[in-house]
Amino acid sequence: MTFAQRLTAPGWYRAALGTALMFAFGGALVVGVRALYGWDPLFNWDAIITVGALIAAPFGYLVGIGCFDYWFYWASGRPTRPEDHSGHGARSWKDYFRVNTDHKVIGIQYIVTTMFFFIAGGLMAMLMRAELAQPGTQFVDPNTFNGLFSVHASLMIFLFIIPVFAGIANFVIPLMIGAPDMAFPRLNALSFWMLPIAGVMMLASFFVEGGAFATGWTAYAPLSTETPLGQQFFTVGVQFAGASSIATALNFLVTIITMRAPGMTFWRMPLLVWANFTTSLLVVIATPFIAGSQFFVLLDRSLGTHFFTPGAGGDVLMYQHVFWFYSHPAVYIMMLPGFGIISEVISTNARKPVFGYRMMAFSLVAIVILGFTVWAHHMFVSGMFSWLRVPMMITTMLIAVPTGIKIFSWLATLWRGVIHLRTPMLFALGFITMFTLGGISGIMLAVVPFDIHVSDTYFIVAHIHYVLFGGSVFTIFAGIYHWFPKMTGRMYDETLGKLHFWLSFIFFNLTFGPMHLVGIDGMPRRVADYAEQYATWNAIISISAFIFGASFLIFLYNMIASWRHGPAAAANPWRAHSIEWQVSSPPPIFNFDEIPTVVGGPYEYGTPGAVHAVFKEKAPAQVPAPAGGGGAPPPTE
Amino acid sequence: MLLAALAASLLVALVVAQGAFADAFTPESGGSQQADDIDTLYKITLYVAIVIFLIVEGTLIWSLTRHRHRRGGPEAAQIRGNTPLELGWTVGAALILVVLTVITFVYLDDIKNPPPSGPDGLASQAQFASLDQPNPPAGGGQTLNIVVSGRQYVWRYDYPGDEPLYSFYEMVVPTGTTVTLDVKAADVIHSWWIPKLGGKVDGVPGHVNKTWFKIPRGREGVYRGQCAELCGANHADMRAEVRAVTPEEFTSWADRTRTDIQQAGQDLAKQRERRLREGETD
Ligand SMILES: [Cu+2]
Ligand SMILES: [Cu+2]
Repeated sequence: MTFAQRLTAPGWYRAALGTALMFAFGGALVVGVRALYGWDPLFNWDAIITVGALIAAPFGYLVGIGCFDYWFYWASGRPTRPEDHSGHGARSWKDYFRVNTDHKVIGIQYIVTTMFFFIAGGLMAMLMRAELAQPGTQFVDPNTFNGLFSVHASLMIFLFIIPVFAGIANFVIPLMIGAPDMAFPRLNALSFWMLPIAGVMMLASFFVEGGAFATGWTAYAPLSTETPLGQQFFTVGVQFAGASSIATALNFLVTIITMRAPGMTFWRMPLLVWANFTTSLLVVIATPFIAGSQFFVLLDRSLGTHFFTPGAGGDVLMYQHVFWFYSHPAVYIMMLPGFGIISEVISTNARKPVFGYRMMAFSLVAIVILGFTVWAHHMFVSGMFSWLRVPMMITTMLIAVPTGIKIFSWLATLWRGVIHLRTPMLFALGFITMFTLGGISGIMLAVVPFDIHVSDTYFIVAHIHYVLFGGSVFTIFAGIYHWFPKMTGRMYDETLGKLHFWLSFIFFNLTFGPMHLVGIDGMPRRVADYAEQYATWNAIISISAFIFGASFLIFLYNMIASWRHGPAAAANPWRAHSIEWQVSSPPPIFNFDEIPTVVGGPYEYGTPGAVHAVFKEKAPAQVPAPAGGGGAPPPTE
Repeated sequence: MLLAALAASLLVALVVAQGAFADAFTPESGGSQQADDIDTLYKITLYVAIVIFLIVEGTLIWSLTRHRHRRGGPEAAQIRGNTPLELGWTVGAALILVVLTVITFVYLDDIKNPPPSGPDGLASQAQFASLDQPNPPAGGGQTLNIVVSGRQYVWRYDYPGDEPLYSFYEMVVPTGTTVTLDVKAADVIHSWWIPKLGGKVDGVPGHVNKTWFKIPRGREGVYRGQCAELCGANHADMRAEVRAVTPEEFTSWADRTRTDIQQAGQDLAKQRERRLREGETD
């Protein structure tokens, strides 16, 4: 290929060209407008970076890499490439670095990319713990420290937990429901390629004048409307992450509603499908609110509007209402897919149907609905109407009921099962323990007076990490170990997996457990320096945190080494019943040579001969089977 | 072996995470009735929480020990659900939460509304009293109202009265007196918090938020705290201090400070005048 051809064909060369061109265009627009108005200085770098680098350049990159080629061809009436799926599947590692419409490739792209940001965010956490190991300032100045925890949280939430679940679901869900791909494969690719934009922006904010955005991931106005340029990188970055996640959620909704295999009624769907269905509902309804809140900030900063200027008719508290109207449901966006993973893992490894299947599905729906009624529990000290505290406290308590149902049902699933303690199962059980603790501290936080005491202290830091690390991230580990054989066609190393679990379980608790204590004792969060009285605990926490962080290296080594040299995986190493395990590992490029027919519930482990789905060529006598809750009678030979 | 390890680490988890719930680590109390109430409420919630956690972990560990996979062991029981049990724990969980809510309710009123000043307080000295409370104390009586305003990165306290009386960083209050606070902010959001005095409340630009505390006589001393809402680069250094003194000492402090402020004001005015005059002669 000549250089000119490279520059016009979709790929990284054209992406670089597009980025540069669009940056130049955005910059010229700013300079042109300023020249017309006769403003001084002509080159306002804040404005040029905002319009050129943050808003225009990403579109240049997206077009250049090739996300829009098909649509452009189609819209301009030129012949589109025929639907031969030539962009489908990955034949070499290089295929992962270009636009691909195969849901399995996109799933892995998501998981690997998000792992990169997970490592970046984790390293920031390590740096923070180094700073906090003793009182006073040692490694970073206060402003950098504020930048570190802000970027840490933003990366973990928007670039790791939310999208890595999208990645796992991308790989697994179409296989699980017996579909050849997602409903909108090109939209799926676009969703993925928008994601790194957000992450790169957040990381890049460290290099601009004034440092990274330092207002926390919550970016409360009016602080966020007054801080230096770095804030802009968060405000705009979130838009790309949000657009990516809304598009994916729409895709999941349509896929799950319209592309289930024959016989797969809603009550025969594995709970992971239910979980992603409900999560997608949450994403589609809630995410526009954070997009809105950040657009308000952007407009206040760049165009001089007064959404959050009290003197000019703006209201500062409005930001918090809009922000939390997304960000509380976001906690469930980060939780429900994990619930789904845990149901699959526990049922498979206990060889039992999920206890109370229908209640498990209903409780997911209940969480979706209740999740929208509790946002103001984050504002108990902000001075909103005090009458509003009581209803918010009640709904916050209420939402613990469906969550409790799920925990009890998992326990009942374990009860009298035959438990195989493989790595994913260990992570699932660790999840139950830690999530219960996180849930309990959540209920304590619902108690208004106690909340007023501990809000903005390390108790909150402990709570959020019990929910999002002990909760979400443990389910992510469980999911990755569980589907690793399916994704890569190779087995991971069980010994290393178990070592990873025990180290992270023990040192997670040693890191975040004591934070409850220092929080109740009054140590505020988001500070680089603290009083002498908290020094001992903080030293212990920091040491545990380093070991905890190092335990991740075992996971990383296990994944990389096993992916390259691990023993080949059988199609169904866990003897699971859901459809993705009925095809080869890794699955064929088009998933199924023949679309499967679903004939029963997904968890009939103990019923001899029961199957979830059949493929025509080897179809046994079809038994009319009841729904997921009902189970299948043993087939007559 | 694995099981022993699991049990051991669960124990560690219990000790560490639940250590948070040990009596030694309850919220600070002893400064103000309000903080004591929070402490009581916390303990009630805590005991409920411990019971729930023990049930969950008990079931988990029991299942792990009794139902581990063994060669030739029993088959997994195919239990798909149990409606009475499912209904039972739904209703049970809801009931526990209803009880917690009701208990919180009972305490909430007590925590929200300021009590009257004690007879040994500053109540008789009308000079400091403020009657502009939205919820006047149930028993009548008078309170000291201080306007607290946060700005990056210092707290300012304005006392009532015709002649200006204010201070920065250190708030001086009389014991035995209900002190009500109007919390404001000049630039960004700050949060007023002295842990021993309970009641954290944000200072939000454009809003006035209220809180109160009352330090009983005999508990004179210095109570420290710091801003609890991220407010910019030096947020960690935005500290506050409440110095509680006897009402008598308070009165003399107030008189002294008023005079100082007046003196400083006069000095400033003189200086300005002088500069103006010198400017004219130039
Ligand atoms: Cu919330
Ligand atoms: Cu502050």
